[in-house]
Amino acid sequence: MHALLTHRLAGLAIIAVILLVLPLSFPSGYYYRVAALVLIFALAALGLNLLMGLAGQVSLGHAAFLGVGGYAAAIGPTHLALPSWLSVFLGAALSGVVAFVVGRPILRLKGHYLAVATLGLGLLVAIVLTNEAGWTGGPDGMTVPRLTLFEWRVRGSDTWYWIAAVAFVFGAWLALNLIESPTGRALRAIHDSETAASVLGVDVARQKLAVFVVSAVYTSVAGSCLALFNGHITPDIAGFLRSIELVAMVVLGGMGSIAGSLVGAAILVVLPQLLTALHDYEHMVLGLVLMSVMIFLRQGIVPSLSALVPRFRSS
Amino acid sequence: MAEFLQFFFSGLTVGAVYALVALGFTLIYNASDIINFAQGEFVMLGGMTTVFLAATGMPVPLAALVAVIATIAVGLALHRFAIEPARGASAVALIMITIGASIFLRGAAQVVFDKRFHSLPPLLGAEPIRVAGAAILPQSLVVLAGAAVIVVLLWWLLDRTLLGKAVIATSANRLAARLVGINTRSIVGFSFAVSAAIGAVAGILVTPITLTSYDVGTLLALKGFAAAMLGGIGSAVGAVAGGLILGMLEAFSAGYVSSKYKDAVAFLVILAVLFAMPNGLFGRGHIERV
Repeated sequence: MHALLTHRLAGLAIIAVILLVLPLSFPSGYYYRVAALVLIFALAALGLNLLMGLAGQVSLGHAAFLGVGGYAAAIGPTHLALPSWLSVFLGAALSGVVAFVVGRPILRLKGHYLAVATLGLGLLVAIVLTNEAGWTGGPDGMTVPRLTLFEWRVRGSDTWYWIAAVAFVFGAWLALNLIESPTGRALRAIHDSETAASVLGVDVARQKLAVFVVSAVYTSVAGSCLALFNGHITPDIAGFLRSIELVAMVVLGGMGSIAGSLVGAAILVVLPQLLTALHDYEHMVLGLVLMSVMIFLRQGIVPSLSALVPRFRSS
Repeated sequence: MAEFLQFFFSGLTVGAVYALVALGFTLIYNASDIINFAQGEFVMLGGMTTVFLAATGMPVPLAALVAVIATIAVGLALHRFAIEPARGASAVALIMITIGASIFLRGAAQVVFDKRFHSLPPLLGAEPIRVAGAAILPQSLVVLAGAAVIVVLLWWLLDRTLLGKAVIATSANRLAARLVGINTRSIVGFSFAVSAAIGAVAGILVTPITLTSYDVGTLLALKGFAAAMLGGIGSAVGAVAGGLILGMLEAFSAGYVSSKYKDAVAFLVILAVLFAMPNGLFGRGHIERV
């Protein structure tokens, strides 16, 4: 039993079981919808968490990749007559290529300079998506054709819940493997001290670029899922506020924690739904919650709480 | 030529506002290493408070004074209740706190004030001044003069007073500053107050030109941050230069390239500058201790 609990995949298995059982408590389709959104954003946050939590690099423009993935799923079937699933892959590939090309110069920057450069990258993508109305429908956005897999038209919040759950668990499993790999160790060394890592022979530029590309692909796939699930997309998906939201999910849940990405996404997706009852006071409460969590649980929710339970301290 | 002058003056006006916001970022960053994303909210509070006090019949100059004092109070409260309790938190956590504060202040403004756009009467009338074919709003000159006065006052404060020397000592080395008897906590609080005041004045001066509403802060914070980074964070000269350059870039690319892509051009230039000079135009190099 002890060996089972301390296995490196134990945490992931617990998450998978929870996701499997959770729908039993859903009284209506609305709950499936919210849960699917949580899982899709958790996948995006997971990608950003690899960059921020593992490698210690900030991105204030990650929603750009959400936008690339989302608009790929919209434009591919609409304008290029490509099947949706292929568009998702092409979008992910495009995100990876963009990350690869801009990553090398951008990742040379440090701290707040990196933050402003990624912010600029995010704005550029959002501006292009807003202004190239011939392809993207402009500020009003465009309709996203439903996902069709082998003649099967994917629809309904419950179906999307399962797709998103599988995607998240698969993504988390890949992330765990990446963390344990030599690349993961190198990235942790870079997080602690870039100079020390490079003295020890870590190719800092290459490793940072690698995790930036991986993180862009995660976020792109999440963006595609979001677009296909909603059936509609607007340039807001790539906006500055979305980027901030992704960072907030990672930091709130806990940097470097996979469960943290899920918890952070859950809070930032569910909280606004609950707060709509407060009407005008919605934003005040959201701001207060954000501030309080960061003041009192400054490591993020999952790491701060698990530090209270000695048995899980290692995980 | 007339066209060029026109773009030049509009760039200078917008740039002056960016420069003031960037100065606010710089002051707080120097005293505490915190990037305060609620900086744009100070600008919004200055403008909105003045508008609503003036609407109650209060004379505009008095309303402006009260608005600046109120914004300073908000800045001090932000420091006391959000930044102080989080002392020692990571840089990202502190950024999230200031973003939380900016969401909170925006939400509060939406409740206390409203969601509409508002304006103030210009100080020197609305009749444009003709200069070599270009039309300049008198209020633009007010903004520029105001920004210049603030920069000079700030220079005087930091360079010529004991308090300013304490601020500079704190930004150079916090531990050493404490050792010579400087209360670094009050210095950080003081920098929040001054930043809030600068933001509020900028907001009041620019409202007759650009209008104000509860949500103008986000974009201003973003532009001010970009300007501060372009100049090199921590450098006051860099903040002013970065702000003016950003304003010019926007105005000229809106005029000569495309108004839709003005922000894109501005950020492309910022990216290009950072690739060539990773510490901004006036920033110092960074040495990492292992």
